[in-house]
Amino acid sequence: MIDKSHIGAVISRHSVDVEAGRLRFFAKATGQADSRYVDLARAEAAGYPGLPVPPTFLFCLEMESPNPRALMERLSIDIGKVLHGEQSFRYHRMAYAGERLSFETRIADIYDKKGGALEFVVRETRVTDAKGEPVADLRSTIVVRNR
Amino acid sequence: MNTIRFEDLAVGAALPPFTTPPVSRLALALYAGASGDHNPIHVDLDFARQAGMPDVFAHGMLSMAYLGRLLTNWVPQQTLQAFSVRFAAITHVGDAITCTGTVTEKDDAARTVRVELTTRNQAGEIKLSGEALIALDA
Repeated sequence: MIDKSHIGAVISRHSVDVEAGRLRFFAKATGQADSRYVDLARAEAAGYPGLPVPPTFLFCLEMESPNPRALMERLSIDIGKVLHGEQSFRYHRMAYAGERLSFETRIADIYDKKGGALEFVVRETRVTDAKGEPVADLRSTIVVRNR
Repeated sequence: MNTIRFEDLAVGAALPPFTTPPVSRLALALYAGASGDHNPIHVDLDFARQAGMPDVFAHGMLSMAYLGRLLTNWVPQQTLQAFSVRFAAITHVGDAITCTGTVTEKDDAARTVRVELTTRNQAGEIKLSGEALIALDA
C-alpha cells in the first residue's frame, strides 16, 4: 500500500520555455489541421500574441520537470502498473509560445479501492506565468493496478 | 469560422463530430515524442508484454487532445474555462476514434455552457467521457 503520509507533499517545481517548434510537432502528432495552432500569421490574425498552447499541452509541459518519474519513485510505484484515470484542467488564461511557465506539483490525495487491488494517486499542479500570475490548474488521477 | 453566440445555443445542441484515422503505432511514437510522455508501455511492445498487456496502447492524453480539437474547432480556445475527462477504457492500436460533444447545460446568469464529451471506437465503446465549461462571452 502506498504510504498516505505523502499527501500534501510538493513533488516538483520547475519552469519551462514554451517553444513554437514543439507546439507544431504536437499539432502534427494530434492531427491538428487548424492553422492557428501552427502558423504564426494565422494565430496573430485570430488575436493571439503567439502560437497558442492547445488545451491539453500544459500536461506535456508539466512532464518537463527535471525528473518526470519523481512521483513514481517517491511512492515506489512500478510504472508498468500505472494507468491514467482522470485528467482535468482549469484555465485562467491562454498561454503562448515564447512564454516561460512555472509548474508546482503536489500530491493531493492517495486512496484505494477493492481492498487495495486498485490504488489512486491524485496530483495537482499550479501553472503560473513569469509574473507569478495564474495560468491554469491541473489535476491528474493515476491508477495503480496491484493485481 | 462562424462565431457561436450564447443566445443561439440550446441544450442538446451537438458539436460538429469527427473520426480520426485508426490509431497506428507511428501515431503513438509521434505522440510520445511530441508530448514528452516516454512511458514505454505506449511504444515498446516488449515492455508492454512484460507488464502483462497484450500490446502497446494509446496514451489517454492523445484522445484528450482529440477532444481538445473538437472544442477549439467549435469555439475559440479563450472561451474554455475547464476541461476534464475520465479514461473509461483503453484505446487500442487500430481504433478509429469518434469525438462527439453535446451541450448539456446553459447558465444564463454566468453565460456559460456545459458540454458533455465522449470518444468512442469503431464498435461504439466509450473510451473517454468528460466535460467542458465554456464562457462564450470571454
